Amino acid sequence: MSELVKNAAGRMVPTEVNGVPQTPYQGVGRFQPAGRKASASIARCSDYPANGDKRVGSLREALEKCGLRSGMTISSHHHFRNGDLVMNQVFDACAVMGLQDLVWFPSASFPCHEPAIAHQEAGVIKRVEGSLNGPLGAYASHGHMRGEAVLRSHGGRWQAVQDGEVHIDVAVLAAPTADAFGNATGDRGPSACGSLNFGLVDSLHADKVIVVTDNLVPFPCVPWQIQGNNVDFVVELDKIGDPEKIISGTTVLTRSPDRLLIAELTAKFMRATRFYREGFSMQAGAGGTALAATIFLKDFMKADGVKSRFMRGGSTKYLVEILEEGLTDYILDGQTFDLDGVRSMRENPNHVATSPFTSYNWHGKGNFASLVDFVVLGATEVDVDFNANVVTHSDGLMLHGIGGWQNCLAANVTILPIPSFRDRIPVLVDAVTTLCGPGELIDVVVTERGIAINPRRQDLLDDVAGKGLPIRPLAEIKAEVEGIVGGKPDKPALGDEVVGVVKWVDGTVLDAIRRVPE
Amino acid sequence: MAHPVGEAGARGADVRSDCWVRLEIRDAGGVELSLRSKVMTMYGRAIREQAARGLAALGIAHAAVEMEDAGALPFVLDARLETAARRALGALAAEILPARRAAPTPSARDRFRRSRLYLPGNSPKLMLNAGLHRPDGVILDLEDAVAPAEKDAARCVVRNALRVVDFGGAELMVRINQGERGLADLDWIVPHGAQMVLIPKVEDPEAVRDVDARAAEIAAAAGRDEPVWLMPIIESSLGALRALAIATASPNVVALAIGLEDYTADLGVQRTAEGTESFWMRGQVINAARAAGIQPIDTVFSDVADQEGLRASVLEAKRLGFDGKGCIHPRQIAVVHEAFAPEAAEIEKARRIVLAFEEAASRGLGVVSLGSKMIDPPVVKRAQHTVQLALATGLLTENWREEATS
Repeated sequence: MSELVKNAAGRMVPTEVNGVPQTPYQGVGRFQPAGRKASASIARCSDYPANGDKRVGSLREALEKCGLRSGMTISSHHHFRNGDLVMNQVFDACAVMGLQDLVWFPSASFPCHEPAIAHQEAGVIKRVEGSLNGPLGAYASHGHMRGEAVLRSHGGRWQAVQDGEVHIDVAVLAAPTADAFGNATGDRGPSACGSLNFGLVDSLHADKVIVVTDNLVPFPCVPWQIQGNNVDFVVELDKIGDPEKIISGTTVLTRSPDRLLIAELTAKFMRATRFYREGFSMQAGAGGTALAATIFLKDFMKADGVKSRFMRGGSTKYLVEILEEGLTDYILDGQTFDLDGVRSMRENPNHVATSPFTSYNWHGKGNFASLVDFVVLGATEVDVDFNANVVTHSDGLMLHGIGGWQNCLAANVTILPIPSFRDRIPVLVDAVTTLCGPGELIDVVVTERGIAINPRRQDLLDDVAGKGLPIRPLAEIKAEVEGIVGGKPDKPALGDEVVGVVKWVDGTVLDAIRRVPE
Repeated sequence: MAHPVGEAGARGADVRSDCWVRLEIRDAGGVELSLRSKVMTMYGRAIREQAARGLAALGIAHAAVEMEDAGALPFVLDARLETAARRALGALAAEILPARRAAPTPSARDRFRRSRLYLPGNSPKLMLNAGLHRPDGVILDLEDAVAPAEKDAARCVVRNALRVVDFGGAELMVRINQGERGLADLDWIVPHGAQMVLIPKVEDPEAVRDVDARAAEIAAAAGRDEPVWLMPIIESSLGALRALAIATASPNVVALAIGLEDYTADLGVQRTAEGTESFWMRGQVINAARAAGIQPIDTVFSDVADQEGLRASVLEAKRLGFDGKGCIHPRQIAVVHEAFAPEAAEIEKARRIVLAFEEAASRGLGVVSLGSKMIDPPVVKRAQHTVQLALATGLLTENWREEATS
């Protein structure tokens, strides 16, 4: 195992991960890399059919023509979420081809990818480099994966590819609609998912790119979220996704009174600050509480006659209603969660698909996330210094990906609406199990027992003073909860072995994840 | 001979914040505890220690205990363990009493009772955060919301909740069962902080006096000084006809409530949204309560999804003369408070009357006048109530004497 050093956040992190030397986290904005970005190799039109027909007969044929060999890296996007039917078939084909030690580099994995555990057991997959949700996370947490998990944000994934930290040999991009040239879009077709832009960096940087579709249209496929000029092969399958698991028919709002209370407090808080004004902007996830907060805020916007310039999605029916009722000029959408979101993106020019490059990449010339006034996010734990965790639970298991969470911390006001405890387990803790977001970037924690404002944000403290909101020190809420749940929780007995790392948005190592004994 | 066995609590994939306990009393061998818990890593040790303390408190030295925990808080674990032990052994002299966390906010005869949130007595999950929604009262229900087979379990949960859960300044109410069972319920609640007892389906003032007397007895034995307020619920024709006698059955009766499901069944009519069928009864109860100098309280509004319907229903109740409404979901509370809030003109008028009264009092005048009009004492009292309501709803600030309302 590699040597551990203490990084700028005080966490012990390895200096080498999967054989690659690492830079420990140096502080927000401190790491100043130089040099040139990685680039794709030169391609020649003469190698491709002049009629533009890049179709091949099967996934296996495409993989073979890509020259896939043991030990190579295969990437994929996660726009199909838990309804993806492609990647399990890809690794089944790899197994038949007798390949070993592949690295899978998805933008996220889901419980539907549980077969990747069997492929790891059989040696076909060596390790997964990407967010690990559910069973794959538990598998890695218990130390079964060969190699360390590397957890990155959406922006961090783009950064890692463009900076050459990760080289993709073959990208397999599921596409709800495509033409034989490889132009592809996610906003239509039986497996429509909205945007495809989590796969954009793969299409730009991979040596070989395979587009897989179940809805082939004659050239041109418009719009082309993925450009066929970056695509090597097109594979047609009967069915690439399970529509009901890709998107929900309608997003269901929470009915939990406690979550609604938290959401209402969140909206009241935003309204009480100076940043709630004509032309403001916000981003909220599609999780129950964040979505409900957006809806409460919408009512305030109507009552106050305040309009927003842009709202960032995760888009849902409710965000679309805000757009269609004229309460915002634009939706800038990172991923689409329901049918209304997909329809709006397809039909409304003011509902725009964005990418991790425009939204989140830290090694670009700015990104949209830092232009946002309010961002509303979740967390599994927050500590007394406002440091937060989103990837592990208090028992140490890796169960969630980072998603755009770290990138969104760049917003002006970062708000975490979270219950103060879940099933007896306190969410407010002395020290987070895993550090995913430095406390200096987390401004407000809204719980059902009160709102804690980071003391670094005197402006926010001033704005909301005397407005009847339950503003309380975080430590006070935490102490109250410990009284309710019967004391501080015991810490998990974690092994010394490092089974994964959390990268910061600049590619440095923010924290290490230890093995959880079974 | 078979060992006595008791089971209590809930388990299964959907269960949260509760636990299931199976207790088998043995003759020897000490305590053997097998525990499965969703929070094993964080609280497995604490749960084992707590179970050992609980068994010791009950005087059980030899037992096989099986626990399946879904994140139950300590007061729930205690209640489930005690109930399992009682079910195994029948009567038990000992109990597992959790330490009281804080004394509840004192109650007063004429405090606001605009909203009261019903909480099923055997569902601890719903109790944990009920106070955060700021109801004027919480009702821990031992009656209709509890299945007959779980009445004993609910008593234990309610007792522990009264001692431990912070209901955020809400008046602590318990709806007891009818008759003898209801009188026995009092042992579980009066020594533990219940401030108000709701008596269901009252048709006879004697039923109120029985509860009053038994509560007084238990309170005296427990060294409790503060009164146990009573709210009889009128749910039948006979009860409605005897409303005044019921309202005046004891000085501890501070409010009179109605229940319309049983009342309409008793009348043999359908309950409608317009409520024409209960119009006389509601008027009767309101007048009986006012004549007795106590608060008339309306029933619940049962469509939790219909906030506008709820608002309309509360406004109607307010127009008729009711002071409060029952809530079956926390999101109803704010709507009820808003609808019971006085209107701006009403507040301004009340403010002036109260100021005139205070001025007259400070000058030692027996007569209050505003402009050229004399103000009668009942009008002053009503104005004071309006000002208090406005303060409670945030429509007046503490500086209301200095600030004119707009």
